[in-house]
This record gives sequence, structure tokens and C-alpha cells, in this order.
Amino acid sequence: MNLAANIHGSLRAERRWALIIAYVSLCAAVVIFLLPPVYMLITSLKTNAEMSNLQGNPWLVRSPTLEHYGTILGNPLFLTFFWNSIKVTVLTVIVTMVISVLAAFALARMRFWGSQALATGVFLTYLVPDTLLFIPLYQIVGGLGLLNSTWGLVLVYPTLTVPFCTWIMIGYFASIPKELDEAALIDGATWSQMLLKIFIPVALPGIIAATIFAFTVSWAAFVYPTAFITTPDQMPLTIGVVSTLVRGDTFAWGQIMAGALLAALPPVVVYAFLMDYYIAGLTAGATKG
Amino acid sequence: MPDSMTAAVSAPRGPESGAGGGLRRLARRRSTIAFLMTLPLICVIVGLVAYPAVYAVYLSTLNRRMDEFAGLLQFEILVDNETFWLVVWQSCLFAISAVLAKALIGFWLAHMLHHIPTKGQRKWRGMLLIPWVIPPALSTLGWWWMYDPTYSSLNWILAIFAVPAVPWLGEPWWARISVILVNVWYGAPFFMIMYLAALKSVPEQLYEAAAIDGATSWQRLRHITLPMMQNIISITVLFSLIVTFANYDIVRVLTNGGPRDLTHVFATYAFQVGILSGNIPRGAAVSLFMLPALAVFAYFILRGVNRRNREMA
Repeated sequence: MNLAANIHGSLRAERRWALIIAYVSLCAAVVIFLLPPVYMLITSLKTNAEMSNLQGNPWLVRSPTLEHYGTILGNPLFLTFFWNSIKVTVLTVIVTMVISVLAAFALARMRFWGSQALATGVFLTYLVPDTLLFIPLYQIVGGLGLLNSTWGLVLVYPTLTVPFCTWIMIGYFASIPKELDEAALIDGATWSQMLLKIFIPVALPGIIAATIFAFTVSWAAFVYPTAFITTPDQMPLTIGVVSTLVRGDTFAWGQIMAGALLAALPPVVVYAFLMDYYIAGLTAGATKG
Repeated sequence: MPDSMTAAVSAPRGPESGAGGGLRRLARRRSTIAFLMTLPLICVIVGLVAYPAVYAVYLSTLNRRMDEFAGLLQFEILVDNETFWLVVWQSCLFAISAVLAKALIGFWLAHMLHHIPTKGQRKWRGMLLIPWVIPPALSTLGWWWMYDPTYSSLNWILAIFAVPAVPWLGEPWWARISVILVNVWYGAPFFMIMYLAALKSVPEQLYEAAAIDGATSWQRLRHITLPMMQNIISITVLFSLIVTFANYDIVRVLTNGGPRDLTHVFATYAFQVGILSGNIPRGAAVSLFMLPALAVFAYFILRGVNRRNREMA
């Protein structure tokens, strides 16, 4: 009894200290992690005069203004970037999800010759970085006449998204109890009915997670558009903001930061609303696969 | 599954004649359907990953004008090139130090998050993952501006603590550290989230038993947490080694290889040589130099994942 109370007491003291250290570390980490985006926001709200004034605290805004946002949103080129990003991302997400859901269903449920090797191949292709492939793909896309075209991006982006999405969908489909599809088969369901009526509804969280992944990756893709696109009117946001706004001797920092923040907004908004799915997709690769 | 299924289908409907032939037809149809369903995937893997990889090898054996076979010429030129060795060195330095820092910070933060009451975890986790959510090419712009020599807001903060101004991107060593810093900032949340998921899967009873046995917190970490997380730690570290080793955006936005080509990594150097200078074969050769290291990492990841699957099965 006494011993137990003692252990309990020391545990509690230890816990309290651990808690204090935990909160201090987390606070420090949050401040450091949020420093760059916050500073981007601060910069985007400053007037040019205030920015070039070297006196005083650069982390404060004295006369906030939305003029940079106005300028950037009134810039037709920036709106073109946005539209290109939306077009490429939406098409890539659709193509990716169709390919991976079909393939994952077949790989998870229909054993066939070479299915095991193919599943391993999917995982291996996920490990091939885009920077290893962009030079040969540059030649291939060029050969197809798709350089400087958003269609070239729609063609190559699936290499970034399909392997991982297929991989996590295999995991989600494999976790569905087999009794379910056996019952469906006895009732005379066809494979397509089984996929549409059972697997997709049951694995919906996985499908949402995979969709978020495909969306984030295509939106943030940088190597391929940098390599394949040099005409501004075909650029997606990432390379558009980096290459066309950052030009000339005097950088328009306010505009650059406003543009970068607006460009980062869609993935951040998706994350804010679907955080749990986002994290499930992130960790599924290693903990489920 | 096929056996149990055929049993389930044939057993209750025994009287139906020709069940055997029907089942065989069903099996054959099934593998045809399965093949058709995986065909798009196979097209992507073969057409857009495997073929380009082989094509890269072919490209690297051509001469500069790409009209003649030149054997290993491109590789020989690179091996004799001083800048190339700087690239190799910088890539290794960048990948190893950044991954190490990310893993340690991620591990620490995951532990801290695991310690606080479950109710508050969601909020903290949400804020801490933000660096990973912003497209790195864009957040690096923010870092670039914080590093700016005349307006550096980082130096302003350092000045409060009486630290002299740091020439962030101007001097080779500081430029290297700046690049690593941004990568750590971007990647540490990923490690944190992976380790947190792993920590949550360690059964609580193990810790309780250890506490009753009088284990110190170090002993608990050493003998329970680390062994239980070993697999996830190695998979995450190896995966991050691949991604960091092949990183492009941060160096491209921050330094573009400068000052004096001293911060180039494989990807940015391959880009400079292959696309910007138009020497496709040489660029292909540069990026192929990444392959041996990546293959080793990939082999160990695959082994770790397979072992994990066996454990969970």
C-alpha cells in the first residue's frame, strides 16, 4: 500500500515536470515553425515605403495595406497561373484516382499472375524521385511536342501521385473483411458492382486521403514545371510565382509574398478542413502498407 | 481467398451441373478483368517511370550533340570535374545532416506531443504540421526574404541577443547551413507525425509494467519505445534520405547553386547542366550518379516494410 502510494507520488511529480517540458518545447516549436509564414503575411501587408525603411522592428506592421493583394489579383498573368494550376491539378487528381482505385482493387482482391510483383513494383516506383526522371522525361515530352504546355504536365504528374495513392488504396481495400465480397458474389454481384457498391463506399476515408495527397502533390509540384514550361502563360502557380515575380533589380517583395501566400492557400485550406484525413494518408504509407 | 470463395459458391449450389467448368471460366474471366483494371497502372509505371529510367541510361552514353555513341565518356568527364565532386560532397552533407536533424527534432516533438493530454494534442499537431503543408517552393521564398542581407529579419532577432549579423546566403558555409535549415524546417513535422503514429501504437501496459518495476524514463525509452518504433524509424529515415538526397526546390529558390556553385546538389546541378546549358547526356549522367545510393536506401526500405507486414500478419 505504502509502496504503491510512493510509486504513485513519484510518478505524479515526474509527470508534472514532463508536462512542463512538453509545453515549453511545443511552444518553442510552434513559434519557429510558424515564423516564416507569419513573416510572409507581415511583409505582404506592408507598404513599399515601410518595407524599405530600415529603422525599427521588421516584424511589425505600422500601416497595414491590402494594395499588394489588389495588385497581384489584378495581374492577368497571376490569374492565368492560378487557372493553370487548377486545371492541371484537377485533371491529375481525376486520372490518378481512377487509375489507383481500379488497380488497387484488382491487386487487393483478385490474385493473378504477377500481382505480387506488381504491388512491389508500385512501391518501388514510389521511391523513384522526380529529379531522377526529369531529363529523360524532358526528351520524351519534347518528342511528343508537349513542352510548354499544361498537357505535358497532366501527362507526367501521375508519376508523382499514382504509386503512393495505389499503395495506400491497396492497404485500405485489403482491410475490408472478405466476408463482405463473398456475400456479394453469392448474391450474383459483378466485379464492377462490388467495387462501386461495396469497396468505394467502405473505403471512402482512404479515397479522401488519397485524393488529398494527389491534390497536394500536384499543386506543389516544382521540378517538372520548371523543366518543361518556359512560357509564362502555361505556367502553374509554383514556378510562375518563383520565376516571373522574382525578376528585375528591385524585388517587389510585398507582391511576391502576397502571391506566394495566395498560391499556398488551397492546400492549407484543404488541410485545415480535412486534417484527420490528411494525416491518415500521410501515415498510412508506413503504418498500413 | 479464391479457394474459400469457390467453396462458398459451389457448396450450396452443388446440383448445378458444369460447376467446375463454370468456375474455371470465372477464374479466367477474373484474371482478364484484373489485368484490364491494372493496365493503366502498368502503363504509368512502364511508360513514365521504367522506360524513362532506361532511356536516361541510354542518353548518358551519347556525346554532347547526341548523334553518336560515346560510351562512358560523360561519366569520365564528370569524375574529372572538380565542381562535380563538390556537388557529391554537398549532396551527402545536405542529406545526412538534414535527415539527422529532422529525425531528432521529430522524435523529440512526437514525444512531447504524446505526453500532453489527448484533448489538446489535435490543436498542437495541427499547428506543427503547417510547414509540411505549404508547397516548399513557396515557403522557401519566405525564407529567402528572411535571409535577405539588408532587410534580414532573422538578423534583427539575433541582434536582440547581441549576436552579430550573419551573412546567410553570401558565404559558402552559411549558405550551406541556410539550405539545410530550410529543409529541416520543412521536413521535421513529417517525422513528428510518423513517430507520433508509431508511439500511439505502443501498448500502454508495457510502460505501466516498467514503471512498477522501477524503470527510469531513460530505461523505458531504451528498452520499450525504441525497440517498438525501430521499424518505423528506419523506414522514415531511409525514405527521407531518398527525398532529401534528391531535393530540388529549396536549393533552386534559395541559392540556385551559388555562391560559386558551392551549394549545388545533384538535382540542381543536373538541371543546370542538362536543361539550362542544354547538355542532355551530361545532365542524365549527373542524375544517374544518384542511383546507387537511392537503390541501397530503397532496398532497405523494402526489407523493412516486408518485415513489418510479416509481423502484422
